[in-house]
Amino acid sequence: MRSVRSIFMGLVYMFLYAPIMILVFFSFNAGKSTSVFSGFSLKWYGELFSNGEAMNALGNTLLLAVTSALIATVIGTVAAVGIYNMRSKFLSSTVMSVTNIPMMNPDIVTGVSLMLLFVFVGRLVGAATSLNFVTLLIAHVTFNIPYVILNVLPKLRQTDSRLSEAAQDLGCTPVQAFFKVVLPSIAPGIFAALLMAFTLSLDDFVISYYTNGADFQTLPLMIYSMTKKTVRPDMYALSTLIFVTILILLIVSNILQEKSDKKNRKGIN
Amino acid sequence: MTKRSARQALINAPYMLWAGIFIVVPLFIVMYYAFTDSTGAFSFANILALADYAEVFRVSIIFSVIATIITLLIGYPFAYCLTKLPVRAQRMQMMLVMLPMWMNLLIRTYSWMNILEKNGLINTVLSGLGLPTANMIGTPGAVILGMVYNYLPYMILPIYTTMAKIDPSLSEAAEDLGCNAWQKMRRLIVPMSIPGVVSGITMVFVPSISTFYISQKLGGGKILLIGDIIERQIQVSYNYNLGASLSFVLMVLILISMAIMNRFSNGEGEMVV
Repeated sequence: MRSVRSIFMGLVYMFLYAPIMILVFFSFNAGKSTSVFSGFSLKWYGELFSNGEAMNALGNTLLLAVTSALIATVIGTVAAVGIYNMRSKFLSSTVMSVTNIPMMNPDIVTGVSLMLLFVFVGRLVGAATSLNFVTLLIAHVTFNIPYVILNVLPKLRQTDSRLSEAAQDLGCTPVQAFFKVVLPSIAPGIFAALLMAFTLSLDDFVISYYTNGADFQTLPLMIYSMTKKTVRPDMYALSTLIFVTILILLIVSNILQEKSDKKNRKGIN
Repeated sequence: MTKRSARQALINAPYMLWAGIFIVVPLFIVMYYAFTDSTGAFSFANILALADYAEVFRVSIIFSVIATIITLLIGYPFAYCLTKLPVRAQRMQMMLVMLPMWMNLLIRTYSWMNILEKNGLINTVLSGLGLPTANMIGTPGAVILGMVYNYLPYMILPIYTTMAKIDPSLSEAAEDLGCNAWQKMRRLIVPMSIPGVVSGITMVFVPSISTFYISQKLGGGKILLIGDIIERQIQVSYNYNLGASLSFVLMVLILISMAIMNRFSNGEGEMVV
């Protein structure tokens, strides 16, 4: 039974990693093709760093991901605090339903609906082009906020409300109590939200495809326009580097997690 | 009290404003575009034009339903196998399942194209062995494979999360009461993991039915899904009105299927991730 399970799991992993293996393999191709291997070479890694367009797109992608994640985290955290403190059940469930819309809707509908809004407003004010970096940023913030709220709200619910009351009894103003007591206890949720928003934004193609202007190219958008023709192995080299970076980050976070688990276990004993 | 409510209003205002303008209003704008023509006059033309795309809708629904069923058939036993491993290995392997999702979807799909295409990897191996080759790009199988590949982790993740939460003592109790492995599966594991299954099905079905990239690359231009038509109307023909009406119908279609799914899980169909 156990060996059947292992074989099955092995096959699924093979399926999940097959295209990634291919991609890593062909990033070392000496030739220009991504399907015919003509010898080992590191030249595409060199090409990548001298590829101005790709480096520019990478910079843009990081800029967009960092700004949209920060803005979404601030707005989303404040929103979560607001929702948590809402007295009216009707109001809070309405707000939560609206929050669910971008997560339920397919990306293409979210993208198209935001684009139509920008175009509509653009026509109203008579602008020549209605899509630019700002519209792209707004779109990213919009699809990130729900994930921030979903990460922070449970942390608020886990926080003992008596802590904040105790702080206020000891002379804190409600605002001080929030910053000194509530905020530190929901910090892990906020951090997780920030990270999630960052990765979502980094990887988004569909929504960006509809809401960005011609002057701002992100990596997924660049890759898309390349895949319409042929992709050179330098894109595979870039993906390999991204893959390795994420792998290292995950391993490090796993080790840290295990260490803190051990510490906690010791603390309990 | 007034100070409190003023502060509360100040806290609520930014997000409510944001959500109102960028989540609610765009949906009405989609409806506005769907029911007007290019001059802005009220019109049913776009809604009536949808009849031409009935076949596309049919194909999209069939493909995404098949893809969802296959991911469930692979993902469910996989999640179950995961829970049988030691805790440390579970965490490690969940990481392995999620890792591909962090790679760009476009590039992974393109890589599949390299594997399946005429001069691709599979055909190179086949002809090397002296076997007949086949062009797999442009077949329904290739498109469905792309969907299954890209969204399989979305199925495994929620199912595994709900399964891992099942109290081991329940399973022991079932054994003590004389359940065999099959009965335990049917009476305990399956019913308790339904919320995860519902969430997994939604998370696979929604992106599958609305994809345009996978069908573009692996369908070789021969297979068109709703997403492809919307993409063409918006980005190629600049027919925003028709694009909006197609998006509107897609949205309604998904809402209906979600309502049906949620009935299955007795209202427990919350996102489990």
